[in-house]
Amino acid sequence: MENADENILEVKDLTIDFHTYAGTVKAIRDVSFHLKKGETLAIVGESGSGKTVTTKTVMGLLANNAEVVEGTVKFRGKDILKMSQKELEDIRGKDIAEIFQDPMTSLDPTMRIGKQIAEPLRIHKGYSREKANKQALEMLKLVGITNAEERINDYPHQFSGGMRQRIVIAIALVCYPEILIADEPTTALDVTIQAQILDLMKELQEKISTSIIFITHDLGVVAGMADRVAVMYAGKIVEYGTVDEIFYNPQHPYTWGLLNSMPTLDTAKGKLESIPGTPPDLLDPPAGDPFAARNPYAMKIDEEKEPPFFKVSDTHYAATWLLHPDAPHVEPPVEIKRRQEVYKERLQEGTINQGHIHSTGNTTFGTDDDDAIGE
Amino acid sequence: MARYLARRIFYLALTLFLIASITFFLMKLMPGTPLNNQAKLTPQQIKVIYEHYGLNKPVWQQYVSYIVDAAHGNFGLSFQFSDQPVSYLISSRIGPSMQLGGQAMVVGVVVGIVVGSLSAIRKNTWIDGTSTFISILGISIPSFVLAILLQYYLGLKLQLFPIADWGGFSYTVLPTLALAASPFAETSRFVRTEMVDVLGSDYIELARAKGLSRMGIVWHHALRNSLIPLVTVIGPLTAAIMTGSMVVENIFSVPGIGEQFVKSILVNDYPTIMGVTLLYSALLCAILLLTDLVYGIIDPRIRITGKGE
Repeated sequence: MENADENILEVKDLTIDFHTYAGTVKAIRDVSFHLKKGETLAIVGESGSGKTVTTKTVMGLLANNAEVVEGTVKFRGKDILKMSQKELEDIRGKDIAEIFQDPMTSLDPTMRIGKQIAEPLRIHKGYSREKANKQALEMLKLVGITNAEERINDYPHQFSGGMRQRIVIAIALVCYPEILIADEPTTALDVTIQAQILDLMKELQEKISTSIIFITHDLGVVAGMADRVAVMYAGKIVEYGTVDEIFYNPQHPYTWGLLNSMPTLDTAKGKLESIPGTPPDLLDPPAGDPFAARNPYAMKIDEEKEPPFFKVSDTHYAATWLLHPDAPHVEPPVEIKRRQEVYKERLQEGTINQGHIHSTGNTTFGTDDDDAIGE
Repeated sequence: MARYLARRIFYLALTLFLIASITFFLMKLMPGTPLNNQAKLTPQQIKVIYEHYGLNKPVWQQYVSYIVDAAHGNFGLSFQFSDQPVSYLISSRIGPSMQLGGQAMVVGVVVGIVVGSLSAIRKNTWIDGTSTFISILGISIPSFVLAILLQYYLGLKLQLFPIADWGGFSYTVLPTLALAASPFAETSRFVRTEMVDVLGSDYIELARAKGLSRMGIVWHHALRNSLIPLVTVIGPLTAAIMTGSMVVENIFSVPGIGEQFVKSILVNDYPTIMGVTLLYSALLCAILLLTDLVYGIIDPRIRITGKGE
């Protein structure tokens, strides 16, 4: 790694509309983020917040009815949005790879898995059949398939869901991509398998030093995986920061809501917090802060004017008027206050991560909390 | 596998037996007699003829003796062709029918796959629109209308192919085209639907994410997956071609079995009706069995399930 702080992906002012029969859906509105070499960026948000559209843009796989209104997506300094189909095909699977949500449907049911894993090598590196198969076998062993030699000629339906997701990971990583996009890779799996897959991803990330964009709606998964977190709501990023900052010093009421609705070991039986209401209709997004209608802390200005990003630290920004110097002080929910207490303590101890990348997987601190969050 | 096959063949024989029985009694319920000029015959003459063919016996006796004979491979003598054995009649006429049917299926299915795939790949473009239009024409125009149009334009006006009769490949072109229209239309509609479905699936998205080109995706992933279900419709399509060929054979004066079948029904030629019906049924059953076997070969999911049993 020449320069650990080098941004290999830079997304700037991205705005994407979808033209549908019902009208123009403003799916992504002015989204900017960057990805450093070797780090894991988690994009968190509920369904329809624009997480997946963002990654499809990075892959150059937007649907036909999508229109990039504005913005750039620079991979190694080159704008993906301006690339030809051929250039995109060269990058996909080789430099940027993707893991999908449902391993049960993302493998070709009539092709042997060995061939499916070898396919990217054959296209991108021009390997012979034997050489590609050999490498595919290595990859299969690496993702932890037992009896890899025998199983390489099996078909997808002969594997369980967790095993299939390992195979999908093998396909994605076989060319040693620089960026791995994981779009809710564990959502379709049960919890024990989830943990195994996440461990595998962390392990492989080190082995082949790839950067990961991790899309999820599950904050519990984020805690163990990510270096930095971007919270998306209604097609916008509303808060971003290091994983510690987002988990222990959240500023945006939506992030509060998300963290507050996550059960911990202390959560009393039968009581789960939730965020009332539904996300706004992106056919006609509200003028002000899109979260205002569901926000118990909303002020008048929230309904009139969109909040800009306010700086919390060098790595931590949040788009909420509550951070404006003139805003009244509000009391966040109890759970958030507890977290902020922890944050203050750790800040004094100097154990807060403010932006540099960990090479070990131990991103978060405090074992008790993490067990509650991560599992 | 051997046990599965034995079971299937047993059911095939059972099916044929049931079809033979039902057809036999239905046939006896048909109005008229095999005699073509009954009015001129004396009761004495009729009695002699009936005795000669065993038609004077009770129906159940006729039935039993027919089934026993058929089981031994003896399908009786034709009434209308001065005592020719039905088996000879069929075997001498099955050639042209099989050739036409086979050619029509190959042309129809191959062209259908190409057009259907193109249609799916270029969904909602003029290519898709045109091919949909042609397919709907193919489904809705009856084969005999198409046959006459082909005769008039390609045969009479352009003089490209002989209008009718039999003798050499050029004689088969027009009847083949007339017969191929419906399997073409069915196949192209079916393949289009399947492929649109497949192209929207997650594994195609993954193939795209791997960096495969558009053609690479269609060739390596979409085609096989959308053609597997086609095997199930090819069976019934073949059956439709076999029966559909009766009319077309008549129009083009092809000395085939379909033409024979129609005639034998009109003149109450009982043994020929039975013989041809059994032949069609046996063919259909064999095709269905073959479909299932082929399905197991081309679809790995079914192959493995079969092994587990």
